[in-house]
Amino acid sequence: MTDAAHNSPLSDPIPDKPPRSQWEEVWSQFRRHRGAMISLFILVVIVAGTYLGPLIWRADPQAIPSTLDMIKQRDARPIYTSIWDSGAKVQWANPLGTDNLARDNLARLMYGGRVSIAVGLLAMALSIVLGALVGVLAGYFRRLDSPLMRLTDLFLALPLLPLILVASLLFREPLSAAFGVEGGTFVLIVSLIGITSWMQTARIVRGDVLALKEREFVLAAKSVGTRPGRLIRRHVLPNVLSPIMVSATLGIATAIITESALSFLGFGFPPDFPTWGRLLNDSVDRMVSFPERVLWPGLMISLTVLCVNYIGDGLRDALDPRIRGR
Amino acid sequence: MTFKTALMGAAALVALAPAAFAERGSDGEVRIIYWQAPSILNPFLSGGTKDLESASMIIEPLARYNEKGELVPWLVDEVPTVDNGGVSADLTSITWKITPGLTWSDGTPFTSADVKFTYEYCTDPDGGCAQVTKFEGVDSVDTPDDLTVTVNFSGPTPNPYGPFVGGESPILQAAQFADCKGAAASTCTEENFNPIGTGPFVVDDFKPNDVIVMSANPNYRDPAKPAFAKVTFKGGGDATAAGRAVMETGEFDYAWNLQLAPDVISQMQEGGLGTPVAGFGPLVERLMLNNANPDPALGEMRSVKADPNGPSEHPFLGDPAVYKAMSMAIDRPLLVEVGYGQAGKVTCNWVPAPDAFNSTALTCDTQDIAGANAMLDAAGYMDTDGDGVRETPDGVPMSILYQTSTNAVRQDFQALIKEWWSQIGIETELRNLNASVFFGGDPGSPDTFQKFYADVQMYANTFNGTDPQAYLGNALCDKAPRPDSQWQGENISRTCIPGYDEMHAQLQATAGIEARAEIGRALNDMAVENGMMIPLVHRGRLSAHANTLGGVVLNVWDSELWNVADWYRVDG
Repeated sequence: MTDAAHNSPLSDPIPDKPPRSQWEEVWSQFRRHRGAMISLFILVVIVAGTYLGPLIWRADPQAIPSTLDMIKQRDARPIYTSIWDSGAKVQWANPLGTDNLARDNLARLMYGGRVSIAVGLLAMALSIVLGALVGVLAGYFRRLDSPLMRLTDLFLALPLLPLILVASLLFREPLSAAFGVEGGTFVLIVSLIGITSWMQTARIVRGDVLALKEREFVLAAKSVGTRPGRLIRRHVLPNVLSPIMVSATLGIATAIITESALSFLGFGFPPDFPTWGRLLNDSVDRMVSFPERVLWPGLMISLTVLCVNYIGDGLRDALDPRIRGR
Repeated sequence: MTFKTALMGAAALVALAPAAFAERGSDGEVRIIYWQAPSILNPFLSGGTKDLESASMIIEPLARYNEKGELVPWLVDEVPTVDNGGVSADLTSITWKITPGLTWSDGTPFTSADVKFTYEYCTDPDGGCAQVTKFEGVDSVDTPDDLTVTVNFSGPTPNPYGPFVGGESPILQAAQFADCKGAAASTCTEENFNPIGTGPFVVDDFKPNDVIVMSANPNYRDPAKPAFAKVTFKGGGDATAAGRAVMETGEFDYAWNLQLAPDVISQMQEGGLGTPVAGFGPLVERLMLNNANPDPALGEMRSVKADPNGPSEHPFLGDPAVYKAMSMAIDRPLLVEVGYGQAGKVTCNWVPAPDAFNSTALTCDTQDIAGANAMLDAAGYMDTDGDGVRETPDGVPMSILYQTSTNAVRQDFQALIKEWWSQIGIETELRNLNASVFFGGDPGSPDTFQKFYADVQMYANTFNGTDPQAYLGNALCDKAPRPDSQWQGENISRTCIPGYDEMHAQLQATAGIEARAEIGRALNDMAVENGMMIPLVHRGRLSAHANTLGGVVLNVWDSELWNVADWYRVDG
């Protein structure tokens, strides 16, 4: 009983840890979502692989060996093929094989991932920022509702692909001059995809904000004189986070696919610049003889999208105060 | 020797046997797939190959080209020449004698009035005939009697085989199309979809952009032909699917124009049901060099020469040392191997066929990177700032934009050529454009091959028939696309070579195949050596037929379906 004072029923227990902040609460809740944790891990591995991988695996994704070497090295299969097919053409210099011009598949996959992930994440971020902004403003301020929703309808009615094609015609060259060919295309594609995909988010957010606005806690906050800006940040936004997360995760997949469609039509990145979508497109003709060339980029796109979905799911649960702590 | 000849004779008899003993309609149905779908069966209202070739099974010209590029009589007994008196000595008229006893598929007789009507139909100023160039220079068409047609030209015409020759100029039935002349032409849907012809098949049902069902023509001139009673002509899909349908799954008997990489074709061939066939016409995959300056800063004058009759205005592509070095750096045999396989050959010429016109003056089949580098060094193009890219003596970096249409083989070529050019210190930016935009010819789009807003562009081009006179005219100074001509014009590289126009005029006035071929070869060499283009690959046309389909003779000089009447079913 040496620490009797500590356990005395008459004194309040002194907390041995400082109180946890809201974000620590969210993190501890998030950690309990097993799917989300696994997904986060895989996503970090993929992102690290595409960004740090090329520092270790130094093959050039665009280099073509000279004539004789090219004929010798092209169309190599991945190393693992030799497990079931001892006659397969494999070479240790190219663990995932080479394409029909003897470019290294592993290097192309890593460089392709850089661009696809960056385009997907940035375009998604842009589109949910726009969508959430328009949705919250339209839902919260009655006067803005009608004009903003008509604007949303207008964007929904626009045929997206032709619009993107026209815009890329107009802005391609000034942007290339400002940021270089690849940088200019990147800025162009990210902003075009972002600007043309915020409408669903805006509509969903507006609907939720309209419902939230009439809830008691919002009324209570209003009655104590909370200003609209603070009310939105403190009470409305956290409660509409879940629909935003869901549309964000769907947006990444759409962005990656739109990027590949643009590249295919000739309005995206230069044709020798690898992205996952382009690798897929280029390999479809030879899918039967070289399944790995579609399998790997396809797997990477699916994994990335799936991981972001799960992380979104975990985040939504973690951010919802009614679920948190249960 | 005699034994061998006898053996070969016997073999030939065996091969001919199924065709010789067949009777009309005995072989059932033949299924043809074109991955572009026909939208009309009147070739005078459409320039599309798919429409021309599907219509060629139904309506026919007076004479056409065979697989060797020779003219063969079709609805006439012999091809008129100066020697047999069919072409007048002053080369201003040609007289065709129609084979007696020919009938249309509805049983009415085929006469010279139909031929004359076809001329009037196509040259009607309100009609918008797509094949009107075939009748260029025709003054009048006379019909002295029912079986004689005389075409009078306005001047001496060394090559009078334009009108009524080849799949682009078939004969329409006057009785059927009488009310469809001029502005009414495109409104005659029933006639345009179901033309009455002299060919081996008649249309039963035509669904535009989808499928044509045809049956054997009961009044066809050869009572034993065609061997097939029914044709299903399916359109649409893509080249890969069409190739698979013939060679792997056997759903179709004939697939047209399979522009696929050689390893893809051989993979399909392993399916064992079909065989690819290649034929070589004058089709050449080439790099066109821009003789104007494509700098965006020039605004309206971008890719337009300030002086259309002057030399190249490009900062460096007009220098022979540059374009010769660029050509030397290219490994053409490797391009053929990667892109075309059996459907490609190395060429250094703009006109590689027919044989008489194929120049042998130039060689280009070995890559010489060191030689190319030495040539650029000697001409004063040095890498002065150490970034791996040479600069011109004026300090302009040698970096070029290289564009082409979207196609897997073309993108492989782009990647390879970019790599080779980087080895001689020329930096290349690649760009690919959707084929329907690139070749679309829309004057409002900046991405067409006519506008040529790039330094180098790659595509293939060819000509119809066997005489390249009009095709060689594509390098004449005044044919360059310009804003004031709505960017129309065939001189895509905007070249203007001193002495070329005069020599081309000489070609127009020369008769006799030998003399014409000699001038043609000289023109070809002149264009290639003066930086109009860098020829890459002489491309064949690759189609595939089922192993059970006999009698297919791939013809690149005329419709591929030119001899469909001779096709038959092989057992096996």
